Amino acid sequence: MSVEVRVPTLLRPHVGGVATVSSDGATVGDVFHALIGQFPGLAGNLIDDDGQLHKFVNVYRNDDDIRYLEGLDTKVTDGDVLSILPAVAGG
Amino acid sequence: MAAPDAGFADPVLRLSTAYYRTIVAHCYDGLPDEACGLLAGPVDADGHPKGLVSAVYPCVNADASARTYTVESRDLLHAMRDAQSRGEDLIGVWHSHTHSDAYPSDTDVRQALEPSWVYALVSLKHAEPVLRSYRIREGVVAECEVSLTDS
Repeated sequence: MSVEVRVPTLLRPHVGGVATVSSDGATVGDVFHALIGQFPGLAGNLIDDDGQLHKFVNVYRNDDDIRYLEGLDTKVTDGDVLSILPAVAGG
Repeated sequence: MAAPDAGFADPVLRLSTAYYRTIVAHCYDGLPDEACGLLAGPVDADGHPKGLVSAVYPCVNADASARTYTVESRDLLHAMRDAQSRGEDLIGVWHSHTHSDAYPSDTDVRQALEPSWVYALVSLKHAEPVLRSYRIREGVVAECEVSLTDS
């Protein structure tokens, strides 16, 4: 399944400076692993050492937060848009 | 405050008085908790803000806390889409300090992830609100001048 992945400013240096990349996979996790294969600099930024979604990253499949779907196991289909959002936070 | 290198804190943030009032009102509305929101504007080919604020987005503080804030991710998604639909982008975030100065806290500095962004602080410590803005890069804070405009 070919999906569009929107990359936040923070991570663009790891993907050649672009805002959007395309990748393939049946689930969000598949897509991210394919992306990391293509852009190794993303590795520690998307998925943590335990194989979970990094806690400072939120991911939406179209309009839905994948944490409330099936996390990295959330299925994707052709034409879906995955938006990677950094946690914007402070004190 | 002196910038650590030339251009570090450029450009000047140009904010309309109407947007300024929107920001400050949202900060008071959020009391006793901290309030937060996002700034959008035009960016250059490298994604660096040109300095103009073309939209402000009051957001929910997902922490609902007087000590910390996290911009609700759905608000972030919608603001980003809105800005990008105009060929612009998000250029910064603002939040309130209810009882301290308009200067980034240690937590703010540690969690500032976007080197191109402007981090604006609104202090509600005194009777009159104080808004100041900063760039935060690798733990270094540099103030960024705010110019209030009529339009």
